[in-house]
Amino acid sequence: MAEKFDAIVVGAGPAGNAAAYTLAKGGLKVLQLERGEYPGSKNVQGAILYSDALERIIANFRDDAPLERHLIEQRVWILDDESYVGTTYRSAQFNQPPYNRYTIIRAHFDKWFSSRVQQAGALVICETTVNELLLDGKRVVGVRTDRQGGDIYADVVILADGVNSLLARKAGFHPEIKSKDVALAVKEIHFLPQETIESRFNIGEDEGVVIEMAGKISQGMMGTGFLYTNKESITLGIGCMLSDFKCQRTTPYALLEKMKAHPAIRPLIEGGEMKEYAAHLIPEGGYDAVPPIYGEGWLIAGDAGMFVNGLHREGSNLAMTTGQTAARTVLDLAAAGKPFSAKNLARYRERLDDSFVMKDLKKYRRAPEIFHDNSQFFTTYPELLNRAAHTLIRVDGVDKKTKEREIRRNFVARRSAWGLIGDAFKMWRAFE
Amino acid sequence: MHSVVCIKQVPDSAQIRVHPVTNTIMRQGVPAIINPYDLFALEQALRLKDRFGGTVTVVTMGPPQAEVALRKALSFGADEAILVSDRAFAGADTLATSCALASTIRQIRKNMPVDIVFTGKQTIDGDTAQVGPGIARRLDLQLLTYVSRILEVDHGARQIRVERRAEGGVQVLRTALPCLITMLEGTNEMRFGTMADMFRAARAELKVWDRLAAGIEDPSLVGLKGSPTVVGKVFAPKPRALRAEMIETATQEPKDLAVTLLAKLFTQHPRIERELARRAV
Repeated sequence: MAEKFDAIVVGAGPAGNAAAYTLAKGGLKVLQLERGEYPGSKNVQGAILYSDALERIIANFRDDAPLERHLIEQRVWILDDESYVGTTYRSAQFNQPPYNRYTIIRAHFDKWFSSRVQQAGALVICETTVNELLLDGKRVVGVRTDRQGGDIYADVVILADGVNSLLARKAGFHPEIKSKDVALAVKEIHFLPQETIESRFNIGEDEGVVIEMAGKISQGMMGTGFLYTNKESITLGIGCMLSDFKCQRTTPYALLEKMKAHPAIRPLIEGGEMKEYAAHLIPEGGYDAVPPIYGEGWLIAGDAGMFVNGLHREGSNLAMTTGQTAARTVLDLAAAGKPFSAKNLARYRERLDDSFVMKDLKKYRRAPEIFHDNSQFFTTYPELLNRAAHTLIRVDGVDKKTKEREIRRNFVARRSAWGLIGDAFKMWRAFE
Repeated sequence: MHSVVCIKQVPDSAQIRVHPVTNTIMRQGVPAIINPYDLFALEQALRLKDRFGGTVTVVTMGPPQAEVALRKALSFGADEAILVSDRAFAGADTLATSCALASTIRQIRKNMPVDIVFTGKQTIDGDTAQVGPGIARRLDLQLLTYVSRILEVDHGARQIRVERRAEGGVQVLRTALPCLITMLEGTNEMRFGTMADMFRAARAELKVWDRLAAGIEDPSLVGLKGSPTVVGKVFAPKPRALRAEMIETATQEPKDLAVTLLAKLFTQHPRIERELARRAV
């Protein structure tokens, strides 16, 4: 006898958990299916948790969520081969609770999130893969899992099945994702004693630092690196567009090895013991790559819907917000006794358009293309900036005016006067 | 046919790490799994059920978190699950554990006679292989350890015939039911449970038995009090200073290689050289 639920959520990442939690709290009979051994076992993220999105779902999450360190310092580095120029923002204000950003270890965090989902009343079943959607005409009426007797029915299905979005693709809701729309990120976790991390980064207990990196570490590809401090470990990684990896035939691990050997990065992880190695795709196609996210009896949330703001390294918060918004849309319709038709579920997209999710993606819609076509931002400029800093700071008997002239000459020689103006305009358009 | 399968929730030893500074075992974040050897026991019990019908009851003694292991066993197709959990059981060694489990099985068979008790051949965290035999002794069951195959179960004659791995070969043994079987690894492959079993496992209200429910009147028989084993010291072995070494010669001729290898051996172990020289004379 096939089971019937009010709603099925596919996937137990941040989007799926936010959706299942919200639906269960709203009183619906919810089934959440996860293919991994336990919630979080397949999930990969840097990871930084932005409190705001989670707070809107679970207000008291700080009571028992496994959080590593709250961030009090943000560094941005533009790297050349041997040097970097950078900025640092550190503020005592970040030390005032409630804290705004935390480093987390996703395997622990996702387990906690899932336990809250189960407490809310959703039935969570792991190690079960949804192979396809059950359709009645165009309407999604349930899912078919890989287990014997695996057809399960529901009034509405929320697809939070991650970046590859296999189910929606199989059902023909959208074509295969393009390699120019996804980044491939690799990361490592290096174990270091708590005291070492705290002295090395000049932080106290529970305080954390983020370093965002761009420049020659991406070897001309469109991408950035990162380093986060956890309680007893350091996470570092780098991600670049998959299409660039394909073009350059660079391997992700070689990229990461080179980055780890950089003279500014090597001492930070010195003596660490590698604990974990992970790689994942990140949907960074931006606004124009967002697929249809609703239809007859279905909604898409999280990575599956391309909801990532690559420029600002935001993803899990968009995932939680879209998951919650999808669930609220369902709850509203259920309360009003209305069917989950495409026409009614269109409200989901309207809500996202009105929220930071779509507004931010729209603001940076041109960024992916501009950075993709202008690799000078990842190669020439970091080099020029670092050389300029070096020339200015070195004391060698040359007068400052001559030094300034030399710096100017270098810039013009590499990019020409019109090139510089053009690049400035492109940068403005990317961030406008 | 009623089988009782004793399982244990253990830390996944493949993922246990030793703290580089304090040399203590880091349990935090290490996933808890069903002792892998127990899965062969559970699958064997499920196969008997497939063939002869009946019931598979899974038992574990452990803290409340061990519930996860029992749910997993249910999702594979076990019918009943009992968590034997009481603060009085904490700190048990193999003696106290087999005492508690034997008493639990005595209670179980009050409701339904038990034909076979299954355990894995040993656990991956204790590695003693003592609890199964301990239960058999206490319940006066025929004991079949390291069983690789069940050849025949004759209900009428109340007999079972099994293959058992022994030193230097395979023994075929016949004995009377009820018996206790400790199952060898690699003898079967755990099934992929049905969707219905997944739902049943996720929704099941687990039975939790405390000391008295498990039929143990005397608390000094279980837990730390009932455990004569004392852990004197825990330490991480020092990594060996010697490492494998590649020895190369210019010619790659077997003779040259052998000479180089022997020279190396003799410099490190002069005694071998002396001994060989003595015998050569």
